[in-house]
Amino acid sequence: MANNNEAVGMQEKMEKNIWMFLFFLAIALSVGGLVEIVPLFLIDDTMEHNKAPELVWQRQAGQTLADHKPGDGMRPYTALELAGRDVYQREGCYLCHSQMIRPFRDEKERYGHYSLASESMYDHPFQWGSKRTGPDFARLGGKYSDDWHRKHLRAPRSVVPESVMPNYPWFQENSVEGVDMAARFSVMQLMGVPYTDEDIASANAELAGKSEEDAMVAYLQVLGTMAKLDDSKAYRE
Amino acid sequence: MDAAAEQKYNLGIVRWFTVMAVVYLVVGTLVGTYVASELAWPFLNFDIPYLTFGRLRPLHTNAVIFAFGGCALMATSFYSVQRTCGVRLWSDKLAWFVFIGWNLIIVSAVITLPLGINQAKEYAELEWPIDLAIAVVWLVYMFNFIMTLATRKSSHIYVSNWFFLGMMVMITYLHVVNSLAIPVDLFKSYSLFSGVQDAMIQWWWGHNAVGFYLTAGFLGIMYYFVPKQAGRPVYSYRLSVIHFWALMFGYVWLGAHHLQYTALPDWTGSLGAAVSIAMIIPSWGGAVNGMMTLSGAWDKLRTDYVLRFLIMSLAFYAMSTFEGPIMSIKTVNALSHYTDWTVGHVHSGALGWVAMVAIGAIYHMMTRTFHTEMWSTKLINAHFWTATIGTVVYVVAMWVSGIMQGLMWRAYDEYGTLAYTFAESVEAMHPYYAMRAIGGMIFVTGALLMLINVLMTVRKAASEGSVRAASTAAVSA
Repeated sequence: MANNNEAVGMQEKMEKNIWMFLFFLAIALSVGGLVEIVPLFLIDDTMEHNKAPELVWQRQAGQTLADHKPGDGMRPYTALELAGRDVYQREGCYLCHSQMIRPFRDEKERYGHYSLASESMYDHPFQWGSKRTGPDFARLGGKYSDDWHRKHLRAPRSVVPESVMPNYPWFQENSVEGVDMAARFSVMQLMGVPYTDEDIASANAELAGKSEEDAMVAYLQVLGTMAKLDDSKAYRE
Repeated sequence: MDAAAEQKYNLGIVRWFTVMAVVYLVVGTLVGTYVASELAWPFLNFDIPYLTFGRLRPLHTNAVIFAFGGCALMATSFYSVQRTCGVRLWSDKLAWFVFIGWNLIIVSAVITLPLGINQAKEYAELEWPIDLAIAVVWLVYMFNFIMTLATRKSSHIYVSNWFFLGMMVMITYLHVVNSLAIPVDLFKSYSLFSGVQDAMIQWWWGHNAVGFYLTAGFLGIMYYFVPKQAGRPVYSYRLSVIHFWALMFGYVWLGAHHLQYTALPDWTGSLGAAVSIAMIIPSWGGAVNGMMTLSGAWDKLRTDYVLRFLIMSLAFYAMSTFEGPIMSIKTVNALSHYTDWTVGHVHSGALGWVAMVAIGAIYHMMTRTFHTEMWSTKLINAHFWTATIGTVVYVVAMWVSGIMQGLMWRAYDEYGTLAYTFAESVEAMHPYYAMRAIGGMIFVTGALLMLINVLMTVRKAASEGSVRAASTAAVSA
C-alpha cells in the first residue's frame, strides 16, 4: 500500500459494488490453498519412493497380493485388511490413534522409524490422525500377537488396566462376508491404487467365514510391515 | 416493539434459526460432555456401538459446529444483512429452503454418525449424499445473501457482511474440494485423495473451517452486534479494512501447521507456521476493534448482561488467537501436537469465543425479533457465569493434561531409556479428564438455563401477542 489514497479508493469502490468485492475476495481466498496443495501433486520430492524405489512393491505379472512378503514394499491392502480398515474408520479409531511417527528420539524408541509419505500412498483417505489419546499405530504390526489383539479389542482393560478405550465385543459376532469388497477394490483401482482385475475377482472370496475381528486384526498386524526402512538412509532432508 | 422492522424485514426466519441454534447448543454440548465423561469413566460406553466415543465424537463436533454454529450464523447473517442493507431478504422462499434443508442435514447427521456411516475425515465425516445436500443448501444460502446485498438500499456494504461473504466463499471452496470422493454405494465412499495430499487438503479444510466458519463468520456477528448492543460505532473503520483483507488472505495458509514434523514436506509445514505467527496481528486487530468500540461506554458492562457475553468472547478470542500462533511454532508444536493441549485450545476458541459471541447475539435478537423483553434477566446473568466458569475449568484441565502428556512422552530416566509407558500417561490423565467433564457439565447447565429462558420468552411473546401486534400495527411511512 505505497499509495494510501489509491488503496482506500479501491476499497471504496468494492464496498459499493458487490460483484467487484466478490471477485477480489475469491482471488484472495484461493492463493494460500493453491500454493500449498498443488505442488504436493507435482514435486517428486514429496514422495520418498521417487528416490528410493524399493519402498514400493514391484509386483511381477501373475503375482497375487498373497505373494507379497513383509518388507517387499508398499502394496494395496488385501480384501481382509481393507475390510478391517473400513471397520477402523467406521468406529472412528483415528480420533484417538495416530498413524504418523515424527522424527524425534522418543518417538523412535516408542514407535519406531519416522513415517514416510510413501507409506500412506494407497491410503484413501489418510489416517494420520491428530490426537494420541491412545498410542500411535503406524508400526503396530507384529508388536503383539493376534490373540492379544483379540482380547484387547473385546475388553481393553483386561490386558491394559489403565486403558480408556471402549470394548468392541461385536467385532467377533459381525461377519464381513456380506461386504462387496470387489466393488471397493474397483473404486480404489479407479483412483490409481494398483489392484489387478484378478485381485478384484478374488476379493469377495477372501472374506468367506471371516468376522470383523479377523479383519481388524489383519489390518492392525500389517501396519508398518509392508516396507522395510533402512535406519542408515536419509529418506527426507 | 418495532413494527416497522417486523413488516419490512423477514424476521420469521431469524426467529426460527435463533431458537434452533439454542436447541442445538444444548444438544451439541450435552453430547460433548458425554464423550468427555467416557474418557474419564470408560464404562459409559456401555458396550453399545452407537454410544462409543469413536462414533459420538463426530456427532459432538458436527452438532456444535454445523448445527449450533450454522444456525447461529444463518440467524445472525439473515438478521444483520437486512438491517444493514435496509431491504428484506431477496427471497423468502429460498431462505425457508435453507432453514428446512439445513435442519434435515442435521437430522441425517444425527442418524448416520452413530451408525458409523462416515468418511473418516475429521469435521468432514458426513457421507457423500449428505455432502451433496450441504453443497446445495450452502450455495442457496450464499446466493440469497449476495442477492440481498445486490439489492441493498444503503450505498456501502457494511463490514459485518464482508466477513459473512468471506466465510461463504471459502467454505464453498473447502467443502467441495475436501469432500471429493468416489462412492461405493449410498453409505460408503473413499476420498479421492490419498496419503500426504489428502492430509494437506484435510487440514486446509480443517483449519479453515475454524478460520472462516468459526472465526470470519463470527467476526461478522461481532461487527454487527457489539456496536448495536453498545450503542456506539465501530472503533476504527481503517483497522477493520486492514484486518479483514489480512485475515482473508492469510488464514487460508494456516492448515499446514497441523502437519509439522509429519511426512508432509518441511517447506509446507514451515510456510504454514510462518503465516500462523503473522496472523496474530490481524486477529488482534479484530479483537482490539471490538473491545475499543466500548471505549467511553465501559460502564454499560455493569448493567448489560448481553454486552458482557460479547466482551468476554472478545477476551477469549484475543487469548486463543495468541495461543494458536504460539502452538504453531515448531518447538512448541513438537510438544503440543497429539496432546490435549490442542483440545483445550480449540475449546477456548469454541466455548469462549464462538459460543459466547453467538449467545450474546442470540439474546439480542430474541428481544428484537419477538418484540418483548427476555423472560428472566437473572437467568442471563447465571448463564454468563456458568458459561465463563465452565469454559475456564475445561481449558485449564486440558492445558495441564496436554503439557503433562507431552512431557511424559518425551521424558527419559537416568539410564537414558523412556521414563513412562504410554499406559502410564493415560492413567495420569484421569483427574484432568474428570475435571474437563465437570467443566463441560457447568457449561451445559448454562446452556440449559438459556434454553429455558428462550422458550419461556417465546411463550411470553405468544401470550402477549407481540409478534402479531408488530406485524399488524400501523406504521407511519
